[in-house]
Amino acid sequence: MEALINLAYVAAATLFVFGIKMLGSANTARRGNLISGVGMLLAVVVTLVDRSILSYTWILVGLAIGGVVGILAARLVKMTSMPELVALFNGFGGLASLLVAWAELEKIRAMGWGPYEQLMQSHPMFSSFVIYAAMLIGGVTFTGSLFAYGKLSGKVSGRAMVFGGQKAINILILLAIVGLGVFFTITSDLAVAEKVFLVAVALSLLFGVMGVMPIGGGDMPVVISLLNSLSGLAASAAGFVIYNNVLIVAGCLVGASGLILTVIMCKAMNRSLANVLFSGFGASSQSVGDDDDREPKALSVEDAYYVLEAARSVVVIPGYGMAVAQAQHAVKEMAGLLEENGAEVNFAIHPVAGRMPGHMNVLLAEADVEYEKLLEMDTVNPMMPTVDVAIVIGANDVVNPAAADDPSSPIYGMPIIEAHKAKTVFVLKRGQGKGFSGLVNKLFVLENTNMIYGDAKATISSIVNELKGAQ
Amino acid sequence: MDLVLLFFIFVLSAFLGLELISKVPSQLHTPLMSGSNAISGITIVGALLATGSESEGSLGMILGFAALVMATINVVGGYAVTDRMLQMFKKKGK
Repeated sequence: MEALINLAYVAAATLFVFGIKMLGSANTARRGNLISGVGMLLAVVVTLVDRSILSYTWILVGLAIGGVVGILAARLVKMTSMPELVALFNGFGGLASLLVAWAELEKIRAMGWGPYEQLMQSHPMFSSFVIYAAMLIGGVTFTGSLFAYGKLSGKVSGRAMVFGGQKAINILILLAIVGLGVFFTITSDLAVAEKVFLVAVALSLLFGVMGVMPIGGGDMPVVISLLNSLSGLAASAAGFVIYNNVLIVAGCLVGASGLILTVIMCKAMNRSLANVLFSGFGASSQSVGDDDDREPKALSVEDAYYVLEAARSVVVIPGYGMAVAQAQHAVKEMAGLLEENGAEVNFAIHPVAGRMPGHMNVLLAEADVEYEKLLEMDTVNPMMPTVDVAIVIGANDVVNPAAADDPSSPIYGMPIIEAHKAKTVFVLKRGQGKGFSGLVNKLFVLENTNMIYGDAKATISSIVNELKGAQ
Repeated sequence: MDLVLLFFIFVLSAFLGLELISKVPSQLHTPLMSGSNAISGITIVGALLATGSESEGSLGMILGFAALVMATINVVGGYAVTDRMLQMFKKKGK
């Protein structure tokens, strides 16, 4: 029986591998997701027939509650709120791992070390260590994700929060966590161990909050994928706690894939992970470039229309502002009309535009923009000088030329979409304020740049109306 | 199961994970992340074992139950939302 269950777990793990593999290509992605879901179902069903499971009532209740909540959340959420929902789910996964570790500690307390050792054939120090690790990673993932959720959904300020002594406090918390962990691993006194454990739970929860606090909104894609990686590692650690291979494999796959995405995001910003996590980027209002007294030129929608009407090639550069304004459908409509008018329209997607990796792709896919029109940064930049109009919709840092030519800028060296090389640039923006990172954007004051102030959706809709009226 | 064997599995799956993801185009990063997020809900298996055994005392049961609810939300919600995203990616009417 035991061997059969383990074989089924191997099958489930195989399905996960195939599922992830297929998620890597647009044509097979949906089937891949389904296959990995089948793997999950298999793992759950097999676990349910495990002979060590004695009571099913609570299991069924728990599955029902979680299932209903999960389905409802996934069905009801708006596409633009996707990043925060993924962050929230991620946090739940982390919390589950923490609770599994805690439940195992309670099991040991109820049984005593002797029988537990015999049952699991494990060494007490190893069991203590992995219980602590699963709790710690799970706890940090949980509050870190909740805080990220708060930032993404605007419930707390998206800006980086930095205060004096923050690093010192973080180091103290970390030292305390490590110290308690060593003690927890070594001690065999279960009564003391539980008290230590509870303190450590509180510290890990605090550490998750403190870790995400100094990270600004523009760095969110990195944070989200890092937390995703952590939730996998937490599951993997929980797998070591209960000696279960499917948890270890699946958790580790997720941990590795999250890490890769994190590295890709960091590369896209030309910054190290440490820099993203600890620099408090954009917390202080930078004065770099403020000596520039040129004023951005404002343009009316009518004038913009005349320019667009004559344009032969247009590149749209979307950012988080397009998501906020939910302008993706209007943008798609505008692109269609411009194409009828004989222009070539493409979309330039910066890897870290938006609030999660690939955020813009999801939004534009929702609006039915063809996959082939979404160009990556490296493809679109050589085309830029031949582009008649570049339309920047709610994007800031990813088009800031300071990254290319101002060594004193904090984002110097970050690869950008070279909107400033286009013949004409329209920047759609709600107000004159700075972008999410708080940096001054020199693009806005360039000779060929025109600002169109207002809600992106309203602006695009009026352009659409002008274009329609002309036909 | 042998501990060393488990570590062996762990290391191999880490390399497998790195290998699987490194060539994914950026268009698919969001569904990929959301899909792998759902997989991290595999901790549901641990939660099932914790909820279903009576050797843990009542606190252990309660913790296991809470873990089960959380993990189920992660799994069910994660797969559903990924599917919803991918639905939009499929080619339309061509």
